[in-house]
Amino acid sequence: MRRISSALFLLGLGLLIAMIFQTMEFGSVAPLVGQAINATAAEQVGAANFVTSVVLGYRGFDTLLELTILFTAATAGGLVLGKPRAGAARDPDSGFILRAGADLFFPLLLVVGLYIILHGHLTPGGGFQGGVILAAAFFIPILARPGTSMDHRLVSIIEGLAGAGFILIGLLAMLGGGDFLTPLLDKGELGALLSAGSLPLLYIAVGLKVGSELAGLLAHLSETEASD
Amino acid sequence: MELLVLVIVIVMLCSAIAVLLLKDFLAALAAFSVVSLGLSVLFVILRAPDVAMTEAAIGAGLSSLLFALALRRLGLWHLRS
Amino acid sequence: MDTNLIFHIAAFGLILIGSAGIVLSTHLVRIIFGIALLEAGANLLLLLATYREGSSAPVIVDGHIPVIMADPVPQALVLTAIVIGVGILALALSLALRVQRAYGTLDLREVRQRLEQDIADEAGIELPSSIDAPQAVVKRQEGHA
Repeated sequence: MRRISSALFLLGLGLLIAMIFQTMEFGSVAPLVGQAINATAAEQVGAANFVTSVVLGYRGFDTLLELTILFTAATAGGLVLGKPRAGAARDPDSGFILRAGADLFFPLLLVVGLYIILHGHLTPGGGFQGGVILAAAFFIPILARPGTSMDHRLVSIIEGLAGAGFILIGLLAMLGGGDFLTPLLDKGELGALLSAGSLPLLYIAVGLKVGSELAGLLAHLSETEASD
Repeated sequence: MELLVLVIVIVMLCSAIAVLLLKDFLAALAAFSVVSLGLSVLFVILRAPDVAMTEAAIGAGLSSLLFALALRRLGLWHLRS
Repeated sequence: MDTNLIFHIAAFGLILIGSAGIVLSTHLVRIIFGIALLEAGANLLLLLATYREGSSAPVIVDGHIPVIMADPVPQALVLTAIVIGVGILALALSLALRVQRAYGTLDLREVRQRLEQDIADEAGIELPSSIDAPQAVVKRQEGHA
């Protein structure tokens, strides 16, 4: 009975989606906001990567809310999982190859992650992608040594400071009489590393926050005891 | 170009169906990674390199890592020989 | 076939397969897989809103600006959505771990039955019978007979 009603529901959902996109003008309307941003973003914000100028400049407040959602999810995940008991069973020890390989990965991932974060306003990339790579860089050595735990206090401190840094840079823009998160500092020339005002600083804060948050979450998931 | 997109979409949809039908959860995880990678290539064809990089790093990397860790802790990590 | 049509079929297909996974599965981990597939399909659909053939990526390389550039606003939205999706996934997997710790199983039919039994025991009332659990009626009849 449940399967019949589920199948009917899916059929109805499929028909509904097809009908909506048949009658709605999807993909054929000219994107006016996008064209306006493409035409003026180079002079207004000064970043060569227009997606960065949208994410941190035109819609910077949405990025702040996204960081809040990620923080809530990671903190709630850590709370739900709880602390492992002292006498719980542990994973077997991993061999020498795994440990050496994981240690070899750490500097490579660190350099790649920092490169992607710092060049976020010039080439495709930015804080989120680089932050995920940094999280992997800090988590893989711990994964290769079962039984060691990450220093969660340090991770929380870095995460808190990075998030506070983002908000402080946004508040600094209000001191001069502008709006919250208006890009500050000099725009520089298009394509140089030190261009686009305070956007690289914001991306560094985002990258550190996302990286430390995800590393802490993965460490919690890896340390929790098995449920049987 | 059209043939490439068609092949990638067919592989992606078949892997998506396989995620739900495979009994072994480790195999379902591998099929889910295939879906993420196919989606990442589609994003490049749609002229969105930022989104493609994010989907590759998060979908095929972090998401699969999360699933693998959770499957291990849940005791669903069997390799059928 | 038109490339645009193929992309739309891919997005709708992923959304439908994800929804089918959520609605028709009995194992909690498969439902979480379904949620992830549904999010992937929705992100693809969002990016198709302003796709124009022959446009180029919205990045300026080496100083020369392309004539038609893709729309950067849906790309920024999808970037945000992918990161939020992984946060949701992490929380869902943590909750699945707790469910297994509390009930010993991840099969949703058993979990639902035990949950209803726990609630009925706490409230001190008799569990009403349903299509999924008709044995409560049998127990009551045996008690009377």
